[in-house]
Amino acid sequence: MTRAPSDDSYEEIIIAGFGGQGILLAGRLLAQTAMKRGLEVTYMPSYGAEVRGGTANCMVIIADEPIASPVVDRPDSLIVMNKASLNKFASRLKAGGLLVMNSSLIDIEPQLDNTIEIIAVPADKIAVELGNQKAANMVALGAYLQKRGILSPDAAVACLAETIAKRYHKTLPVNTEALHRGAEFAKDSG
Amino acid sequence: MCGNEALAEAAIIAGVDAYFGYPITPQNEISAYMSRRMPEEGRVFVQSESELAAINMVFGASATGKRAMTTSSSPGISLMQEGISYLAGAELPSVIVNVMRGGPGLGNIAPSQGDYFQATRGGGHGDYRTIVFGPSTVQELVDCMSLAFDLADQYRMSVVVLADGILGQMMEPIVFNKKPRRSLPPKDWALTGAKERPQNIVRSLWLPEGSLEKHNYKLQAKYEQIQKDEVLCEQYEVDDAEIVVIAYGVAARIVRSAVNKARKEGIKAGWIRPITLWPFPSEQIAKAADELRILLVVEMSLGQMIEDVKLAVAGKVPVVFYGRPGGGVPTVDQTLQRIKQFTIPTKRQEE
Amino acid sequence: MKTVFARTPTLKDCPTHYCPGCGHGIAHRLIAETIDELDIHGRTIGIAPVGCAVLAYNYLDVDMVEVAHGRAPAVATGMKRTNPDKIIFSYQGDGDLAAIGTGEIIHAAHRGEQITVIFINNAVFGMTGGQMAPTTMLGQVTATTQQGRDAINEGYPLQVSELLALLPGAIYVERCALSSPAQIRKAKKAIKHAFELQVSGAQGLSLVELLSSCPVYWRMTPVKAMEWIEKEMTKVFPLGQLKNVTCAP
Repeated sequence: MTRAPSDDSYEEIIIAGFGGQGILLAGRLLAQTAMKRGLEVTYMPSYGAEVRGGTANCMVIIADEPIASPVVDRPDSLIVMNKASLNKFASRLKAGGLLVMNSSLIDIEPQLDNTIEIIAVPADKIAVELGNQKAANMVALGAYLQKRGILSPDAAVACLAETIAKRYHKTLPVNTEALHRGAEFAKDSG
Repeated sequence: MCGNEALAEAAIIAGVDAYFGYPITPQNEISAYMSRRMPEEGRVFVQSESELAAINMVFGASATGKRAMTTSSSPGISLMQEGISYLAGAELPSVIVNVMRGGPGLGNIAPSQGDYFQATRGGGHGDYRTIVFGPSTVQELVDCMSLAFDLADQYRMSVVVLADGILGQMMEPIVFNKKPRRSLPPKDWALTGAKERPQNIVRSLWLPEGSLEKHNYKLQAKYEQIQKDEVLCEQYEVDDAEIVVIAYGVAARIVRSAVNKARKEGIKAGWIRPITLWPFPSEQIAKAADELRILLVVEMSLGQMIEDVKLAVAGKVPVVFYGRPGGGVPTVDQTLQRIKQFTIPTKRQEE
Repeated sequence: MKTVFARTPTLKDCPTHYCPGCGHGIAHRLIAETIDELDIHGRTIGIAPVGCAVLAYNYLDVDMVEVAHGRAPAVATGMKRTNPDKIIFSYQGDGDLAAIGTGEIIHAAHRGEQITVIFINNAVFGMTGGQMAPTTMLGQVTATTQQGRDAINEGYPLQVSELLALLPGAIYVERCALSSPAQIRKAKKAIKHAFELQVSGAQGLSLVELLSSCPVYWRMTPVKAMEWIEKEMTKVFPLGQLKNVTCAP
């Protein structure tokens, strides 16, 4: 039987960007990592005509008790990879929430409740430095994991191989490095 | 593994011999998965030219005694109704999954519960029923597949699993439990070749005067047995509740969150979740209506199951509604607001 | 006394509901004889259509199913794919196969389903009261073409067998006529060949179209109806093998 959710045990996350930015992969990796830790988790992708271009988002809930609704209205944390997603989702963040934004593609200062913590990580720039711009999603996820502290970036690294399709396994090293670089960025930014 | 893939694997574990389907979003993961796994298991996968053909391929395989299934989404299920009616008339077992999307017409591909009427009233022409499941978690979706095949074989009829886009697309941890099959009657009616036995005929045509009426009574007796024996439902904190929220599928998860929040705020709320939508848990709901309380029905439609709830309570208590159609998903906060809206005035009256 | 002709066992010993001069009874007997001659009675499953032959299961003593209008090739697909050792045949009229079931027959042939289709073309809808079929001849008077079929309004007679013969998945397509003892003997040979292909495991669909009489809705005597098949119908629906590519199993 479901217990009433206590806010501290429930982490609701929305990850959003445009199609092709690896939004759903980042969400699946987060969900997989939580599951491996023995936590309850739901992962709900947007689906449909948004395979390339367009907007893509996913909702992940991590809890230490059975999860009722898999739909996230008011996220505790929001990872946005482009400006459109920031505009769409930022107002839904809970007070005291966390915003991780890709400052490589978002050149504005979000006007948010001052209880919300913001990490502006140049995810694309870092990914390009690593030699694969597509790893920007992992940079942002690494920053989120480091800052939120529910799951460690290393735990996510350990789940990469089982989350990424075998035909893309040559990207495992760059994704690993990207998760680490994102985490370091979050650490350095306090 | 998303809900769609999980249900496909569960069907394989349940011993499905053949899968037939036509692509439609949001359930395409099922046929992609089946196209790989069924041949691996030495079983049959065919991508049909239409949903009409798919349901008739199911009809053919089932007529020979095999376990057969198809999956689709709302518009495709509409196209299958002819075949579902024939399956009912010919008393053939089948399992049909509907990963519902918004309608009417082409609608959209967002999650919806707009096909409740179609599923629970038969859907096609004629006097018949199908057993309908409305699972609310991926685990339940997986678990109901083996039960669906067993019930289909036991009662020789179609079992519809009503999922929606959210359940089909979402991922959550699951366990595949291989459950023992129910003890099932032999399929001595199946078309296996009239070798050393008289000819078997599978048909839905009853021309001589009175023969169809007799056949309909036979089906009805079966349906009454199912209503007696096969109702599944779950309830939570109904005993002391002044408002009971009734929802199925993914809407029931939203309700669960809202009721939990309401309880934390001191509102005496509970919920009832039908797991089988036909047979409908009318008795359980009628029992909840014995105490004077309000029933709130929440659906991802403009109100379909609410009619069954009203039939169950027969006017004894007020039945109110909150729902969103066309792919709109009721939110936890909005549901909570409705719970408050319908409980606080009664409190005031008492004060 | 020496028996020179007897009912073949797979044909039931009962009167049919067919009208005098109708070709269905002949077609049933040819199929029954084939089943008995090939000794496949115990592993054959037949599919009855919606149309006059909807009750075919009352006359053919094999396992049979009655299915929705036009869907027989899809049902046959479900049966054959799950039971490759069984011999599956569908028996379909021109409304069933050439109108409402066009999609199903084309795609069953297109996939090369290993089934046998007996297609009865009598140029009219019989069961519903003599309406125009896709195969109705130009000028032919029916319940729904009371001035005679006009190409401008109703299109031309549909030659489904010619269409199907184009598909690689159809390995044997032949058109015969149930119009005279000689033609009936040819039809028997074609039906037997179609079944034999399936028995041998040949990779594809076999179809025999039978031009068949409907004296009642053609408004002719049975004898005239037989003549009309040979004189008129064969002009639009020429007899003979349209395709015979026997692939090795």
